[in-house]
Amino acid sequence: MSRMHRNIKPPALRRHNRFRLLFQLLAAAFFNGYVQGFFKGRIFTGKTKLICVPVLNCYACPGALGACPVGAMQAVAGSRHRFSFFVLGTLMLFGTVCGRLLCGFLCPFGMIQDLLYRIPLPKLHVPRRADQLLRYLKYAVLLIFVLLMPVLTADGPLSAGDPWFCKYICPAGTLEGGIPLLLKNESLRQAAGFLFSWKCAVLLAVIIGAVFVSRMFCRYLCPLGAIYALFNRFALYQMHLDRERCTGCGKCDAVCPMALDVRQEITGGECIRCGACKAVCPAKAIGSGMHLPDTGENHADPENT
Amino acid sequence: MNTKQKRALRIGGICLGGICICIGILRGECGVILQKAVKICLECIGI
Repeated sequence: MSRMHRNIKPPALRRHNRFRLLFQLLAAAFFNGYVQGFFKGRIFTGKTKLICVPVLNCYACPGALGACPVGAMQAVAGSRHRFSFFVLGTLMLFGTVCGRLLCGFLCPFGMIQDLLYRIPLPKLHVPRRADQLLRYLKYAVLLIFVLLMPVLTADGPLSAGDPWFCKYICPAGTLEGGIPLLLKNESLRQAAGFLFSWKCAVLLAVIIGAVFVSRMFCRYLCPLGAIYALFNRFALYQMHLDRERCTGCGKCDAVCPMALDVRQEITGGECIRCGACKAVCPAKAIGSGMHLPDTGENHADPENT
Repeated sequence: MNTKQKRALRIGGICLGGICICIGILRGECGVILQKAVKICLECIGI
């Protein structure tokens, strides 16, 4: 059983988790503000849909006001353009400024996983070696399902390839788009077949996984997390550890939703900047914030001073 | 990764991101994205 799941949490961590959940809810409401879409069973068709939101939020969700970057990347990859500079640029900008703070505070699917993990059931501890190997899976998903297969499955230079990640894997699409739309739309219900059953099975597996393993999808499968992980090491928003203050008590490791060795990996690619470690640190050795080039860069990463 | 490298990557990331967005707009990628996003994505919902 994981060290992470404890019934008694420090008040500071509970306060922090409440604040983060509020932030996540507001972000989810902001990205899915077309409320009548849920009642009418149709999607938003305004011009804002050409803008990519920086998180995994399906554009088939009835409330979605923007485009999902992963879906948009595959849509362009499957078109005559074959590669999307627009989506890459958007993700580079967000990644360089925020890194995986977006995963920790803004992603609606991350929020759903956080809530699932709160269900009071015994938690699974993934052995460290297996955990580290499985983390590479998301890069394979990004490369194969998002970047390569939409191009390789196109019949000719002008034909559209399938968005393989959306079609065969994405549980967010099933949860946010598929289920709400099928509930309200008879013709879509009749059209649903094996593929929908497959996607529901994937969603169920991810839901069950998220109940027992914290942020399972983010850790092992999310292609967007894989992209942001590349920027996390040098993003403007950083966590930092004051090694002189750190007593090595290990409380930070016990609450990390990504199961990181916080003292070693706080500036690495896998940290989602959720701030749980900062909230529980009794020595106040962990800090976070935007570190612009002339505002205390050395303080941001004591390893490099 | 030292401080200078980080600074260079940050500036490079922001500049390159902006350039990529401009290239994407000039290539007409926004039209492809909008076209896909305003129709119900059948693949996304599993149909």
